[in-house]
Amino acid sequence: MSEEEIILSELSDEDLNLQMQDDLYDGMKEEIEEGVNIFLERGWQPYDILTKVLVEGMRIVGIDFRDGILFVPEVLLAANAMKGGMAILKPLLAETGAPRLGNMVIGTVKGDIHDIGKNLVTMMMEGAGFEVKDLGINNDADAYISELESGQYDILGMSALLTTTMPYMKVVIDTLVEKGTRDDYVVLVGGAPLNEEFGNAIGADAYCRDAAVAVETAKEFMAKRHNQLAG
Amino acid sequence: MADLSDRRLTEQGMKIPDGAASPILIIACGALAREILALIKGQSWDHLTLTCLPANLHLYPEKITDAVTEAVQKHRADFDQIFIAYADCGTGGLLEKRCAELGVQMIKGPHCYSFYEGNDRFSTLAEDEITAFYLTDFLVKQFDAFVWKPMGLDRHPELRDMYFGNYTKLVYQAQTDNPDLDQKARDIAAKMNLPLERRYTGYGDLATTLAGISH
Repeated sequence: MSEEEIILSELSDEDLNLQMQDDLYDGMKEEIEEGVNIFLERGWQPYDILTKVLVEGMRIVGIDFRDGILFVPEVLLAANAMKGGMAILKPLLAETGAPRLGNMVIGTVKGDIHDIGKNLVTMMMEGAGFEVKDLGINNDADAYISELESGQYDILGMSALLTTTMPYMKVVIDTLVEKGTRDDYVVLVGGAPLNEEFGNAIGADAYCRDAAVAVETAKEFMAKRHNQLAG
Repeated sequence: MADLSDRRLTEQGMKIPDGAASPILIIACGALAREILALIKGQSWDHLTLTCLPANLHLYPEKITDAVTEAVQKHRADFDQIFIAYADCGTGGLLEKRCAELGVQMIKGPHCYSFYEGNDRFSTLAEDEITAFYLTDFLVKQFDAFVWKPMGLDRHPELRDMYFGNYTKLVYQAQTDNPDLDQKARDIAAKMNLPLERRYTGYGDLATTLAGISH
């Protein structure tokens, strides 16, 4: 029996949301774009579409990746689908004054061009309400620090895939220490060969195993900062 | 004779041959099996016995350290000395630390691309080659099993540029002169949409390191 074709525009809001989360899981970019536009036509706020549909969908993708049910290719396809939806929502989010949780600078470290993890973190952080300045690949300490000094940033994120490049994270942190600005920022590090022990050893605030953990960790640090300021 | 198909070396590794009686055991990555056996044969290093762990452990580098530990513990009573033919291989220093705890030596360097090229030479090249993707003889032969399929590119070729978009060349470090592998490397380069550079490295630091543990 052939599968019955689903007409997205005929679904209720609840069913459309669930269907879009399935489509996101399956990496169906065109369907995600269509669904986002349907929700906008129905008067949903861009921030609600982002958080209740796309981010929620990616959260499930993240859980299944963590649990070994999904693998990198599937996560990339899902991310690509989410990117399609984000491209529609991003200009609208700015217009509608969506809440901002914090500002982040992110990039892969000097000598490292592997940016898949970094790109996933960027997207998930943006989806969660962070403003992210993505410095791209192969960043030396000066690139990170001059960007940090040029704006109001809360978080520095550094990524490395190679055991040969990950020690450079310590160079960046040590430079911040020398400048006396280390404690101005939450430093999050990630990448396949890293672990918590390494994160602690180089003086990062946290090692983040994956993009979902990065978002949760960033939120926790922002909440702590907020409480400290309020206290 | 042991089954030395690439597939077996990738998925199962290689057991110690029956009747092996030499005093030194090399526990190696399956990706190095042919090269080490060629060296043992060519240099008549009869005091060395080889066993290999599955090469596809490299798809999960976090499993390498424990797999090597298990193999050391399993075999150490049967040999005078054990040598680990792995570089760091994405373990983030954990393998080196564990080898020190176990009292066994391993190959210096971050990975096989480095020790085939020669660690010193590779480190001087590294700064200019951060956008190079490396293949060895084994990886040319096993490209689909190690790269293309695990990355899902057989099913989703549209992901290619997300994976390789930042690379500017494919470097094939040839351990042997083999026209068939050269052609395969050219095909791979075309598939990855990267220019190919072939560099004959021979066995590099693998040979000198194994010579160092020989009588």
